[in-house]
Amino acid sequence: MLSIKNLSVHYGGIHALRGISLDVPAGKIVTLVGANGAGKSTTLNSIMGLVKAGGGSVCWNGEEILGSPTKAIVESGIVLVPEGRRIFPNLTVDENLSLGAYARTNKDEVEADRERVFGLFPRLKERHKQKAGTFSGGEQQMLAVGRALMSKPKVLMMDEPSLGLAPLFVGMIFDIIRQINAAGVTVLLVEQNAKAALEVADTGYVMETGTIIFSGNGKDLLVDDRVRKAYLGEA
Amino acid sequence: MNTLQKKPMSRDAMLTLGAAVIGLVLLFVFDSTFDRFTMQIFKLCAINIILALSLNLINGFTGLFSLGHAGFMAVGAYTCALLAMTPDQKATNFVLQPIAPWLLDLHLPFLPALLVSGLIAGFIGWFLGVVALRLRDDYLAIATLGFSEIIRVVLTNTQSITNGSLGLKGIPRYTTMWWAWGSAVVITLFLVLLIKSSYGRAFKSIRDNEIAAESMGVDVFGMKVLSFTISSFLAGIAGGLLAHYLTTIDPKQFIFLKTFDILLIVVLGGVGSITGSIVAAIVVTISMEALRFLDGPLNLGFMVTNGVPGLRMVFFSALLMVVVIFRQQGLMGTSEFSWDSLSRIGLLPKRGPKSGKGGE
Repeated sequence: MLSIKNLSVHYGGIHALRGISLDVPAGKIVTLVGANGAGKSTTLNSIMGLVKAGGGSVCWNGEEILGSPTKAIVESGIVLVPEGRRIFPNLTVDENLSLGAYARTNKDEVEADRERVFGLFPRLKERHKQKAGTFSGGEQQMLAVGRALMSKPKVLMMDEPSLGLAPLFVGMIFDIIRQINAAGVTVLLVEQNAKAALEVADTGYVMETGTIIFSGNGKDLLVDDRVRKAYLGEA
Repeated sequence: MNTLQKKPMSRDAMLTLGAAVIGLVLLFVFDSTFDRFTMQIFKLCAINIILALSLNLINGFTGLFSLGHAGFMAVGAYTCALLAMTPDQKATNFVLQPIAPWLLDLHLPFLPALLVSGLIAGFIGWFLGVVALRLRDDYLAIATLGFSEIIRVVLTNTQSITNGSLGLKGIPRYTTMWWAWGSAVVITLFLVLLIKSSYGRAFKSIRDNEIAAESMGVDVFGMKVLSFTISSFLAGIAGGLLAHYLTTIDPKQFIFLKTFDILLIVVLGGVGSITGSIVAAIVVTISMEALRFLDGPLNLGFMVTNGVPGLRMVFFSALLMVVVIFRQQGLMGTSEFSWDSLSRIGLLPKRGPKSGKGGE
């Protein structure tokens, strides 16, 4: 279980996170929804150690990981699929996947996981020697997810996986998220597409300007008037 | 280039072995048939290969735009020359001010001197890396360029150590063809293995996307410093070879234009391709000599010019512009030579159904 308490982050004078607390129970899908600039990505980046937190705590299975180097956090089983399909365009699919396993040392296990990822995304297997920059947006997002799975995560954090994708791929990505979760991986999902995210999530947190304004069961939030008004564009 | 594969020798391994044998035979033939002038150019090819490869490691594979190469070469050249010259040879050089006594008796055989010059250049590279690699892009280029000029100015002004602007003369001609090409081959193999290792992948991931690399757990700063240090080390080695190839060095040889000569090779060959750097280094080095007639009087049919020194460099400038406009990726882009690529363009027979993945 990943438990975040009172996490705060400043960018210069801007208070990006004003002491948020949330719990990500093992085996569940938790989603953070909210408008642009609410602090969703900052939350994920500070859990990964990519952004320096101003205070608070991130507890992972009882251990404090806030302030640890990113490599140690990846080794401990938390991985991030960064926003905007940040794949390595000049590297082949194989090399991209190998970089996902950068923090791992057991080669046999890594190869087994490579096959597992290819099983999940047959498109990647077909084109494993091709440079990733030649892929379509949806394929790149699949590669980004596959690359994250190569680190053998216990918690998979995804930052806007559906951003800029064709509707067909959006549906596929959410199917994949369900599959990954069904295989026992905890998912922390950040999305602007609140409707799709809340549909797959067990728990949802709604953020606004650096704070969590309310939370609840995913299905309940979908029908909550405040959420519908603010984020689902319904009157 | 292929590493040996399992069990019975694969086609690629045999081809590689064959190419290596042919290469070795060619070196013997060249060594016995080339006249001294041709030999000098042939050796310079090897030195330029090392320089281009080392600059490509930072600029091409790690994606850091560094322009400090001339400085690291200078450090290597001076270190190697001062260590490998005998006390007598040193004493005759230092006429304005006597050489520092501790340096006078310091004398090493060529190989250790070469390694020490690499290590010192590498150490300075590490130091500069730790300081300057916090900068990015153009700012990094400016900082490294400035640093290389600082090195040159220091070399000019430390009279009792470097003999200042008089330079060093009568450096023993240790850089034989075997030293030059031997070093080039060893360094090429080292870099091929490095690029294929997880370190190489980490370098390339930083080049492609720093944020993604960081979130995969790559120690971005540490890897940048490592790449920079290795590159400086190799530049130092090349500088040492150059000193014992030219037999005279002075600080003016290592102005920043020297860096741009190497950068030209890297860009023409392909930023991020070992093969490209090697081919471009050979082509550019030979062309520099072959085009020497451009500097002399030219009969253009309708008029005769008096000879414009440096006109051949205009050719390279024009070539560079053409490449930047029409083929930005250079000769090879980020691709590498492989036996498979030869069969793809029909120079080798295609092989039968291949076993999954393996040698590229």
